Amino acid sequence: MSKGTIDLQVLDHDEVLERAAAWHQSGKNVAIATVVSTWGSSPRPVGSQLAIDEEGNMIGSVSGGCIEGAVVHEAREVMSNGKPRLLDFGVSNEMAWEVGLACGGKVEVWVERID
Amino acid sequence: MNPDTLKSLLAAREAKKAVALVSHLETGVQALVFTDRTEGDLLLDEDATTAARNALRDDKSVRMRRDDVPLFVQVFNPPKRIIIVGAVHIAQPLVTLAQTSGYEVVIVDPRGAFATRDRFPGVTLSEDWPDEALTALGINNRAAVVTLTHDPKLDDPALHVALRSDAFYVGSLGSKRTHAGRIERLKEAGFSDAEIAQIHAPVGLAINAKSPAEIAISIMAQITQVLHDG
Repeated sequence: MSKGTIDLQVLDHDEVLERAAAWHQSGKNVAIATVVSTWGSSPRPVGSQLAIDEEGNMIGSVSGGCIEGAVVHEAREVMSNGKPRLLDFGVSNEMAWEVGLACGGKVEVWVERID
Repeated sequence: MNPDTLKSLLAAREAKKAVALVSHLETGVQALVFTDRTEGDLLLDEDATTAARNALRDDKSVRMRRDDVPLFVQVFNPPKRIIIVGAVHIAQPLVTLAQTSGYEVVIVDPRGAFATRDRFPGVTLSEDWPDEALTALGINNRAAVVTLTHDPKLDDPALHVALRSDAFYVGSLGSKRTHAGRIERLKEAGFSDAEIAQIHAPVGLAINAKSPAEIAISIMAQITQVLHDG
């Protein structure tokens, strides 16, 4: 994740999928992460999306920044093997600290590849 | 995600059509549910299709289980809109805030010279009389209407349409005294107390706003509050 740009401008407008489609069109491997359920004080609502390409470019968000790192890590797996997966970021304190969800809360994130 | 599904989804959004993306959260197979048809690789029964359309109606993406299959219904509704009557000073910061908050903006001002294109980039401008403009725009429940002219000749016709539309928010700039006069005129025009009570006036949340930008912030904050709290 050292290279690539993170576009924080577009948080509420849905240009995430448009950008993802454009990346895919240009021949890149692209994964989309979507918040499918939340519990407690999750910073981003259900339906929020983050798109990542193989170069580490990102657009959108699935949290206030606390779980993005973990999601991107998983997204790389999904990009390479094509198997979608459902990620569960829980409330347990240890886990919360580990993934940075110190705010407390639970988020389920669906990660899929465009193909 | 099948690129064809993504393409179709984006085309629907471009055309401002409501569509729900239904994903099977084990296989990743998906379907698109429109108001009048479905498409995609995932076959949905009537029950699931209805659930997806209900999610569209409620404007709420939802995780559900159907026949022990975990599904996620993601709602893509057409954008929220703010119709601003009066291309006045406050309209400029209000346009910026509205666009940043994800709204499409339409400015209605028949006084030609005011509604110059340069001052409002990315905004749809209408120079029709406000009642005609609002009727033509079709005010649905994703629309907020804000009148800013102070001029009864322009504000009142806009309110006549807005108060009998599905607009989720109606606000009118002006002091308490201005609003008292407005209430009298609306009553004379045959509007009920309940209809008139929909108007947020003086417009905006009470944050002691003074400058045009601050007033715009108070209006945008109030629209946000009403959108989420009703």
